[in-house]
Amino acid sequence: MSKKLVGQPIRRREDFRFLRGEGRYVDDIRRAGELSAAFVRSPHAHAIVKSINADAARAAPGVVGVFTGADLAADNYGSIPCGWVVTDRNGEPHKAVPHYPMTRDRARYVGDQVAVVVAETDAEARDAAELVEVDYEALDAVIDLTTAMEAVQIHDEAPNNLCYDWELGDEAQVDAAFAKAHHVSKLELVNNRLIPSPMEPRAALAEYDNGTDSYTLWSTSQNPHMLRWMLCGNVTDIPETKLRVIAPDVGGGFGVKIYCYVEETVCLWAAKRVRRPVRWTADRTEACLADAHARDHLTRVEMALDEEGRFLGLKVHTIANLGAYLSNYATSIPTYFYATLLAGPYATPAIYANVHAVYTNTSPVDAYRGAGRPEAAYLLERIADIAAHDLGMDPVEIRRRNFIQPDQFPYETPVALTYDIGDYEASLDKALSMIDYDGFAARKEEAKARGKLRGIGLSSYIEACGVAPSSLISRFGAGAGLWESAEVRFNATGTVTVLTGTHAHGQGHETTFGQLVADALGVPYDDVEIVHGDTSQIPMGMGTYGSRSMAVGGSAIVKACDKVILKGRKIAAHLLEAAVDDITFSDGNFSVSGTDHSKTMAEVALAAYVPVDFPDDLEPGLDENAFYDPLNFTYPAGTHICEVEIDPDTGVTEIVDWVAVDDFGTVINPLIVEGQIHGGLAQGVGQAMLENGVYDHESGQLITGSFMDYCMPRADNLPSFRIGYTETACTHNPLGVKGCGEAGAIAAPPTLISAIANALDVTHIEMPATSEKVWRIAQNGAAAK
Amino acid sequence: MAEVTMTVNGRQVSRDVEARTLLVQFLREHLQMTGTHVGCDTSQCGACVVHVDGKSVKSCTMLAVQADGSAVTTIEGLASGDTLHPMQAAFNEHHALQCGFCTPGMVMSAVDLLQKNPSPSETEIRDWLEGNICRCTGYHNIIKAIRHAAGSAA
Ligand code: FES
Ligand code: FES
Repeated sequence: MSKKLVGQPIRRREDFRFLRGEGRYVDDIRRAGELSAAFVRSPHAHAIVKSINADAARAAPGVVGVFTGADLAADNYGSIPCGWVVTDRNGEPHKAVPHYPMTRDRARYVGDQVAVVVAETDAEARDAAELVEVDYEALDAVIDLTTAMEAVQIHDEAPNNLCYDWELGDEAQVDAAFAKAHHVSKLELVNNRLIPSPMEPRAALAEYDNGTDSYTLWSTSQNPHMLRWMLCGNVTDIPETKLRVIAPDVGGGFGVKIYCYVEETVCLWAAKRVRRPVRWTADRTEACLADAHARDHLTRVEMALDEEGRFLGLKVHTIANLGAYLSNYATSIPTYFYATLLAGPYATPAIYANVHAVYTNTSPVDAYRGAGRPEAAYLLERIADIAAHDLGMDPVEIRRRNFIQPDQFPYETPVALTYDIGDYEASLDKALSMIDYDGFAARKEEAKARGKLRGIGLSSYIEACGVAPSSLISRFGAGAGLWESAEVRFNATGTVTVLTGTHAHGQGHETTFGQLVADALGVPYDDVEIVHGDTSQIPMGMGTYGSRSMAVGGSAIVKACDKVILKGRKIAAHLLEAAVDDITFSDGNFSVSGTDHSKTMAEVALAAYVPVDFPDDLEPGLDENAFYDPLNFTYPAGTHICEVEIDPDTGVTEIVDWVAVDDFGTVINPLIVEGQIHGGLAQGVGQAMLENGVYDHESGQLITGSFMDYCMPRADNLPSFRIGYTETACTHNPLGVKGCGEAGAIAAPPTLISAIANALDVTHIEMPATSEKVWRIAQNGAAAK
Repeated sequence: MAEVTMTVNGRQVSRDVEARTLLVQFLREHLQMTGTHVGCDTSQCGACVVHVDGKSVKSCTMLAVQADGSAVTTIEGLASGDTLHPMQAAFNEHHALQCGFCTPGMVMSAVDLLQKNPSPSETEIRDWLEGNICRCTGYHNIIKAIRHAAGSAA
């Protein structure tokens, strides 16, 4: 038997082009005759656009045209859609608001697109954009979440700036639990605003072909088909047959590149208007201003407990910031990707969540690595720590006492999900032993002797990945199914082309899907080519986010491989003059059971394309496609523990140890999975102690509009991580995989805040726990003693 | 306009450019060498690092005219033929890249580190990379790759 590739740390084959500088990102692609676009953006957070005078800009060198939202409106360009309808407490759909490609009347955040200049070069476009005179009448800006519902109205369609007042769970049952509680632990917390910041800024290049009346759009997209769908189905009159969307190499996504944006829509329109290719690449400040942001919740959480520390009921009230307009999935994040996870790994019998989602004069807010689930895990793990503190229990013990037990699966939570499988205590125990939990007291003493405050903190998280079962999410309000497609195409010479509807922007699909297919079909790994990211090449697919690629996209590939093998058996049976039922397939060989007669996969493929000696009832060719719709979410879970040392004189927190024990089900490529954990952890650490998207509450100016002010995690902020696994295979997909992309970003914030609070001997510290904040607490503590 | 002449990866090139042209724009726009990336506007991210006369430089922070007469090495010039530079090979071996966008700058920066300090400690590597931001890898495997390339892994 040949060595299986699944489970092996195969080195990535995509690396070679990236390591040589031969990656092809959108901004690397050049088209003959192309022009550059530069946007005129509102400097006001909230203002009426009274008039736009572009005479000087039009006369500037190199300028081909200056356009506004009215020009796009004249060509029937409509609003960018929100694809998820959330039904509020009164049974009403959320208050949708239009988001036109370039505002037509009013600017609603700093960075809102007001006009575009198209010119021969980037420099000329930018120079001319400075010359566009916009007459604004400034209005009060709505920034502060606590007062957003009483502030000046941003959209006529949304009274009190409220998008929805939504609830999940049985409030009466929760009230009853609170009435009989021994103790109620409470916390108000902020989930800080994040600017996702993939290193490659968003970019678009649009080309129009007059001869065929068709368009090509190169876009930094995580999901080219979804982008095409929104552009053709909602925004424009362009038929899907006339728009090809290509997402080539994409330099990181993390959610922010899921969405349909104004800038690429404008490039598409302009390419036809000026009959030349039009490109735009965000600079970092534009990215900070106009990429979808993330998180930004204000939450009150209460946990009812009995004497033994058992969770009786959980009550959560959240105000979620949606920004100035609805990004494509904005409505779903603080609802169905958030409140549905409030059971976490715990058997809390009664849970109630109420979410007010509000419009503000800030950049739209949508999904970012973890998307809703980090918010849920954070509040749950924080209140678990505080409950333990209130009752004088060890934080480990309170978690252990409340875990859903392995014999309780499938476990139906009070918040609409059914977990298929897990073993939360196994991860906890492994993490405790890896970090030597019992030895902490001695390490703390030793640190104290060096003048350092040492703290330990943990979190036990669960998440819902593999988005998503179409029927379930359509009940939740989704406007699209989230199945995935695959096509497995044998070429006549025996090589295999695999087309996937997922998209890789760092995940290494060319390698992992190659491993999968090589094993499934018994063909050499080097003979398998993975194709993604081009709507004219691949079947309709839904793209990559929510740790879905392997669980959903990989499952579709397995299904397509199964179909290939089924057909191959029929061909082999014919060639070997045997009954189909007698043909077995393994390691790339079709053999007649009990004999040494066999045909290789390559021989069968050749026969399929040269069908001279071929079954009468079979079509030629060996090319199968499959669509896979998951039966349930997958539920990765785990426990992370970290230790920090704080220098009380400087407030600097050093992460001295980090143990991550995760259950991702089956692991296809441990090298890549570890990379995903590390990356997620860095983003989670960033949120917990460095990153904060800040708007000035008066003026609505984005204070953190560059990497000078928005504090990205750097190499010297982070430790090396120690990774461990436990494994319960997912019960409902053919690979047993659960997804690993978001775990780190979910687990890290509560883990790190827990450790910092422990070191400082306080119950809570708000994110980001910057050195200044930590220093102030350390100093106060010192003064109090 | 100003004429600039420099040697890029061993090849002499001359172009007329606007005086405000940055070195990175010169490489990407004028020479169509798109391996060097731009990830920020404020000299923070290091996606643009190249070597100018043997030293790592953020090419977004230098004008093309300032590099007139210099020898520039970019990521495209690091491998010899099909053989990867040891740093490139170490990045592949230790999965030190995901989306690949920060990678050219990261590799060029790491190569210069080892020129200056052939066996850096983990802390020294982390400090050196302070000017190179990666959003994907959490740096863990980048550090590992550099330590291995230096032969200094524990
Ligand atoms: S592009 Fe040069 S440092 Fe960011
Ligand atoms: S590999 Fe994506 S930014 Fe570093």
